[in-house]
Amino acid sequence: MSTNPNILSKSKAFYDEFTRKGVEDVITTHYCPGCGHGILHKMIAEAVADLGIQDKTILISPVGCSVFAYYYFDTGNVQVAHGRAPAAATGVKRARPGSIVISYQGDGDLAAIGTAEIVHAANRGESMTVFFVNNAIYGMTGGQMAPTTTIGQKTATTPYGRKAENEGYPIKMSELISTLNAPVFVERVSLADVPNRNKTRNVVKKAIQNQVEGKGFSFVEVLSACPSGLKKTPVETNEWVKSTLHTIFPIGNYRDNTANAQAMFKKDPSSNRDDVLKALNLLDRSTDYKTSVDKTKFTDQNVRLAGFGGQGILSAGSTLSVLAMYEGLETTWIPSYGPEMRGGTSNCHVRVSNKRIGSPLVETPNVLITMNGPSLEKFESIVEKNGIIIVNSSIIDKKVTRKDVKTYYVPLTQISTDMGVPAAQSVAGLAAYLAITKVIPVEKLEYIVHKSLKRKELAEKNIAIIRKVAEYINSL
Amino acid sequence: MQKEFIKGNEAVVKGAILAGCTHYFGYPITPASEIAHAASFYMPLFGGTFIQAESEVSAINMVYGAAGAGVRCMTASSGPGFSLKAEGISYLAGAELPCVIVDVMRAGPGLGNIFPEQGDYNQVVKGAGHGNYKVVVLAPNSAQEMADHGYMAFDIAEKHRIPVMILTDAYIGQMMEPVDFPTEVKKVKRFDWAVYGDKESRQALVTSIVMSAELLEEHNIKLNKKYEKIEKEEVKYEGYKLDDADVVFVAYGVSSRIVMSAVDILRNKNIKAGLLRPITLFPFPKQACIDAASKAKKIIAVELSNGQLADDVRLAINCKKEVQHYGRMGGMTPTVEEIVSLVE
Repeated sequence: MSTNPNILSKSKAFYDEFTRKGVEDVITTHYCPGCGHGILHKMIAEAVADLGIQDKTILISPVGCSVFAYYYFDTGNVQVAHGRAPAAATGVKRARPGSIVISYQGDGDLAAIGTAEIVHAANRGESMTVFFVNNAIYGMTGGQMAPTTTIGQKTATTPYGRKAENEGYPIKMSELISTLNAPVFVERVSLADVPNRNKTRNVVKKAIQNQVEGKGFSFVEVLSACPSGLKKTPVETNEWVKSTLHTIFPIGNYRDNTANAQAMFKKDPSSNRDDVLKALNLLDRSTDYKTSVDKTKFTDQNVRLAGFGGQGILSAGSTLSVLAMYEGLETTWIPSYGPEMRGGTSNCHVRVSNKRIGSPLVETPNVLITMNGPSLEKFESIVEKNGIIIVNSSIIDKKVTRKDVKTYYVPLTQISTDMGVPAAQSVAGLAAYLAITKVIPVEKLEYIVHKSLKRKELAEKNIAIIRKVAEYINSL
Repeated sequence: MQKEFIKGNEAVVKGAILAGCTHYFGYPITPASEIAHAASFYMPLFGGTFIQAESEVSAINMVYGAAGAGVRCMTASSGPGFSLKAEGISYLAGAELPCVIVDVMRAGPGLGNIFPEQGDYNQVVKGAGHGNYKVVVLAPNSAQEMADHGYMAFDIAEKHRIPVMILTDAYIGQMMEPVDFPTEVKKVKRFDWAVYGDKESRQALVTSIVMSAELLEEHNIKLNKKYEKIEKEEVKYEGYKLDDADVVFVAYGVSSRIVMSAVDILRNKNIKAGLLRPITLFPFPKQACIDAASKAKKIIAVELSNGQLADDVRLAINCKKEVQHYGRMGGMTPTVEEIVSLVE
């Protein structure tokens, strides 16, 4: 009847022989007679061939009967875990933005175990095409209830029929997906008869074409027959799809923004060395810092800074470490962590050494900088014999009771507040420590402050506070 | 060249990006979140991809897709999130996809708490998911090694087509230290197994399904040969004052840092203590354990877990000597003194 030889030939996007099946029969598919998968596969393959995108196409095969879609499609193929096709497809498409990614899933896969993945891939507007085969039953695992199984439908796991009070209602994915802003195209179609198949063929092609044009996320729900799962003949099954599924899942378009959608094509990332180093802020690693510490004579510094949140404890601690790093010393900084974190004090452990540092935890500090009363109470006892305790006398009324340590009372909060930067009170504590011990010249802090504070005015105020504290210490 | 003072969690991302990692998929969880923060900050600056996935499950499957498409990609999590990734890791192993997965351990079981622990040892080192497979596990113990392991993990992953885990703990993730970063950015190779969406890769098939029992057994045997090869080629460990040690500590991650300090103190007291620190937990440094144990009078595995590491040490030396276990759990860490007192 036909003079067109293509009508009776297989789509070029299919393999001539299905050798990936690994069995003798390389001509027929593994699908049961009357199954909708074969028909939909054919429509997808024809659209891929017609659009001239076979080389660019990557098919995502799900778990379910269509797990073997890769037997047939002569395209790139990725077979994925149950329910995860939209997530894996996201990975593929983001990795290869120039590819055409077709994600193919059944109802259990997409609408039960993979509900989160499909909703969020749709919500991100991933540039992909999703085909959702809804046949209201789990085919591969032996005819169990699907999320789209109809009320009253008997399955292997609803032997008395699906009951709304126990299993809820059939889930309507096209309606659900079309509540989201991002999807550009959502349509439900059917394979139940020839007129519907003709329509489906066009919708399949349009949904793929949308991706070719960079228009975003397209979703096609395909009402389909599973005669084996439903335990009906193919003819009966198609009649059932029409009489039952068409009623519950109305056929039609739920979203079509293709005319207005802006084409978006993501580019590959830069692999240029300088681009990457610049992004990581590693392009220029030169420094004009002049070291002043004799490393061979350096004594280990084990410092605890403690106070309440908002006093800048943690950043003052890391400032000390950064300074030590510029001096070429080894250093570690760790915020209070673990059980001691509870109870309202903020504190950190800083170690500085001329040798490799083992434990970063300062269990017996030789220097304790306390910014509030509870910190002094908590940590006074752990300071090393002959160690130093710096007490923020603006806030702490109490005196240190230990006689085997050197104590300095410095009005750190007051000095920094008077000079306009209360947040610098812990840096002031750090300045006091350096001015007292001279392990690193306190002036060197100024370099770090300039480096870390981009606002020049703020940096200068901090430096003024550091100088004031140093003067205070020298006057003691 | 100036080092950068940086958190372990951030250093691992920078190291990975310098290694050519262009895609990060993750889900927030304490104490690993800074890894996602850093990836979300740096990736867009050179056209890389960061996606905050809807779940840990999605994140690992995004990694599966991206790895299958031949890019260097990674994810990170902590205990509970890592559990959720287990299925995906099995798929990655089955499909032989290279990628990098970081676990910054917190305390468990269950929701536990966010403090440091090493209780995920068995889960991560033994692969986490279903089936006969192994993964390479790196165990950094400093910010520098977080960067270094991020930089080298992809090479190991691609060389053997295997997921590589970076197993660390909340302390190593949260700690800041000076780090020296590499100056070159690695070029990513093209693979004959990956899907690129082009003519040359049209026959590529990324899958872990093998329907025939004979062929799946063959696949398993092939995987096991690969693991044997990895055991020959990829073992890394550090011996700290180990050569003449009578007392051999075995520890990794933050535990190894605490033990290092204890070893120094013991040496000052003329006790010949040393540390054997596995840098790869799979492959486990078995020969190093045998060598150290042969001279040791005492072997102590120190871990923030209930003997999971100690068991691997026992296995390594075929239970030929007693291996003492010392562990703290729940977010507690031993003090240096506590470790010293195990010997004195």
